[in-house]
Amino acid sequence: MSDSVLVQAFIYLAAAVVGVPLAKRLGLGSVLGYLLSGVVIGPFALGLVGGEGHSVMHFAEFGVVMMLFLVGLELKPAVLWQLRRPILGLGGLQVAATTAAAAAVAIALGVSWRPALAVGMILAMSSTAIVLQSLAEKGQLKSPGGQASFSILLFQDIAVIPILAIFPLLASAAAQTAADDAGHPGWMQALLVLGSVAGLVAAGRYVVRPAFRLLAQTRLREVFTAATLFLVVGIALLMQRVGLSPALGTFLAGVVLAESEYRHELESDLEPFKGLLLGLFFISVGAQIDFAIVAARPVGISALVAAVVGGKLLVLYTLGRAFGLNAPARWLLAFSLSQVGEFAFVLLSFGVSSGVFGAELASPLVAVVALSMVTTPLLLIVLERVILPRAAGAQERPADEIVNAGEPVVIAGFGRFGQVVGRLLRANQIPTTILDLDPNMVALLGRLGVKVHYGDASRPELLHAAGLEKARLFVLAVDEVEASTQIAEHVARTYPELPILARARNRAHYYALRRAGVRHVFRETLGSALEMAAATLRELGVRAYTAQRMAAAWRRHDERALDELEALWGGDAGAYFAQARLQMEETERLMRAESSAVFDDVEAEWDNDSLRDEVLEAVRAAGRGVVPQAGDGVSAAGGGAVEPAEPVEPAEPVEPVEPAPR
Amino acid sequence: MAPPRRVLLQFAHPVLERSRVNRRLLTVARQLAGVTINDLYENYPTFSIDVRREQALLDDHDVILFQHPFYWYSTPAILKEWQDLVLEHGWAYGRDGTHLRGKITCNLVSTGGAAAAYQHEGRNRFTMRELLSPWDQTAFLCGMRFLAPLVLHGSFRVGSDEELAPHAQVYRRFLEGLRDDTLDLEALAAAPYANDLVTATAAGAAAGATESSSSSERAEPAS
Repeated sequence: MSDSVLVQAFIYLAAAVVGVPLAKRLGLGSVLGYLLSGVVIGPFALGLVGGEGHSVMHFAEFGVVMMLFLVGLELKPAVLWQLRRPILGLGGLQVAATTAAAAAVAIALGVSWRPALAVGMILAMSSTAIVLQSLAEKGQLKSPGGQASFSILLFQDIAVIPILAIFPLLASAAAQTAADDAGHPGWMQALLVLGSVAGLVAAGRYVVRPAFRLLAQTRLREVFTAATLFLVVGIALLMQRVGLSPALGTFLAGVVLAESEYRHELESDLEPFKGLLLGLFFISVGAQIDFAIVAARPVGISALVAAVVGGKLLVLYTLGRAFGLNAPARWLLAFSLSQVGEFAFVLLSFGVSSGVFGAELASPLVAVVALSMVTTPLLLIVLERVILPRAAGAQERPADEIVNAGEPVVIAGFGRFGQVVGRLLRANQIPTTILDLDPNMVALLGRLGVKVHYGDASRPELLHAAGLEKARLFVLAVDEVEASTQIAEHVARTYPELPILARARNRAHYYALRRAGVRHVFRETLGSALEMAAATLRELGVRAYTAQRMAAAWRRHDERALDELEALWGGDAGAYFAQARLQMEETERLMRAESSAVFDDVEAEWDNDSLRDEVLEAVRAAGRGVVPQAGDGVSAAGGGAVEPAEPVEPAEPVEPVEPAPR
Repeated sequence: MAPPRRVLLQFAHPVLERSRVNRRLLTVARQLAGVTINDLYENYPTFSIDVRREQALLDDHDVILFQHPFYWYSTPAILKEWQDLVLEHGWAYGRDGTHLRGKITCNLVSTGGAAAAYQHEGRNRFTMRELLSPWDQTAFLCGMRFLAPLVLHGSFRVGSDEELAPHAQVYRRFLEGLRDDTLDLEALAAAPYANDLVTATAAGAAAGATESSSSSERAEPAS
């Protein structure tokens, strides 16, 4: 028995290890990789896994629970409260509208109203696992579209409670009795749910944190991990008992613990479990797809999948528009939530067992649900490669008309970098014409009373309209390297007399700008990095002025090296790096010489050793009866003129040399 | 008895790491109650002097001392910048510029050269007071009382802490004397150096006679 568990584990792990990197390589994303791996090892391809797939999936669903706990950990209660409008409004409308639409279609297809309504509710659900995993992979969880998607998913998790309660009511009278032994009367159920949620919040606040503190003191990492798992499993079981979705319960627990000091430990402990279980879940979904049913009615099933996904997509897009999401956000929302969720599997079997509908309706729907999950990663690829670029093009607003052309300074790019430049100029009452490509930034700055013109500075006619011909300076602070280089080349060519001050994002960009003919290039992080370096020296006890001079000296060396390397850039990489290494060593050598001049504790005051030697020499000379020439000491200090930063006190011969006054 | 004067020590040394003399003197000053040390190079490493802060400090003190090495017969650069920015017209001088009026000021200087060099017949051709005349005149313009400088000559040759001890003693007495008003300000305003007056006053007022060696070591030419 244990043998077969190991064999199974081996098969699933092998599928994941082979399938996921392959899918990623092909640009398909991990979710699709898992799903396809599942199909391959499933009963309809290699047949490596079979009937037990169902129980595996049930087990793997726990990955979703863990994922929601982790999502909760990221979400402080205050943030959750801010999301109440999208959760209730957007989420509520999505569930209602999708249910209504799907039920209407089902009725039109000849299903009676009760099962049609149940099917509608099932199809309204989306897959938390697929959506959150895909969005996280694309780094879109925190984007407006991602936030909206998350809000809807959260509402769906809440909606599961009433749906489970309604299902038995929808059962035809004959089947009513079978479902009735579900237990408690309604009010008691509600009381139980409220009580356990309140208990959960209280326990999270007053029990879990001190308990974790105690556990942390044992300094046994595995005990802490065990406790974390214990907590999540415990909450899931409790929630299931009182009829709440375990995912929702653990999500709440996560939110309660979001402000605890153990948040990061909890996260890092659960992350691998979540990842593995989710992967297992996706594989088992893939393995579940009943290709026999699909093969029996290929057209019908395909049409159903298309209709379900298309319908959900339409509802979501419309709602996104109504709630004021911009084009990329509402496309993301619509595409990511267009599948039917894993909870449909549970509801479909629950529907059959409570007699809402028969297996002849449920089994093709199971296939539809699973297939709809496969479509999501594909749709997201389409979204990324085709629709979003077009949406950006279609919604491109025309550049603002520039009314204050002819100002002495034109600034292109008014983000974090350009703003500092612009605000300092503004504080000195120097009129500027500002261009930026981010409509949100333009609107925001407009509210703050700063006139920024919307427009793409890489378009020559816009630069012309901004009055580059009459400008005295052009400040190029655009953050896209390509666009910045292109603008620099164009401006340097078209307005050769106009000085350009440009921001460089990195070394390659620096050289590109220099080659474009820009004389004043500023590496964007150098200044603050050097300031931090100087502050670090200060914290270590170095005098502020010395630290400042060290940083300045380093900068001089580095800039000289940068310029010397310019000729080698773009040619033979080996030669470039060899030279760069030499220069790094050279800079460090020079710095050491410079700092030893400062830090060596010499007994003289400011005066350097050579000066002291000279004085002593003068003393010895006097001993031999040679009177030193006037101005000797001053010429020794002339060494200071080479390094003007270091004034050197002129030396005078000590008393014995001094000719007697009288 | 009048309350003790509040003493502000405006300190300027660009490489204090290398100045044993000034490090030692600062430790002495730090132990004295009623003395505020304002380390200019430490506070303004980029020379961006906070004028309002500096003026507030000046307002809050009765004695304004400038402690610095003697570079090119003058002060390190930051003190010039400090003068240029802080001593504003209408604040420090001019019809309404009365903030510094009546305050006491003087320079506490260390030089590499010996005392004999700072004479008309010496290599440097001018006396310390002559070389400090811009500070004298600045004080005059601002209505301040300018006192003779407290000077450590020949800091080149000050080797050990023991050799420095006599000057550190004089330095401490000078600061305490200014604070507690036990010094003869008239005499200090007229003298070529503050050093001898401090020692003399201290020796006369208290049982400090053991310190007489410190003045004999300094080859101060007889005036």
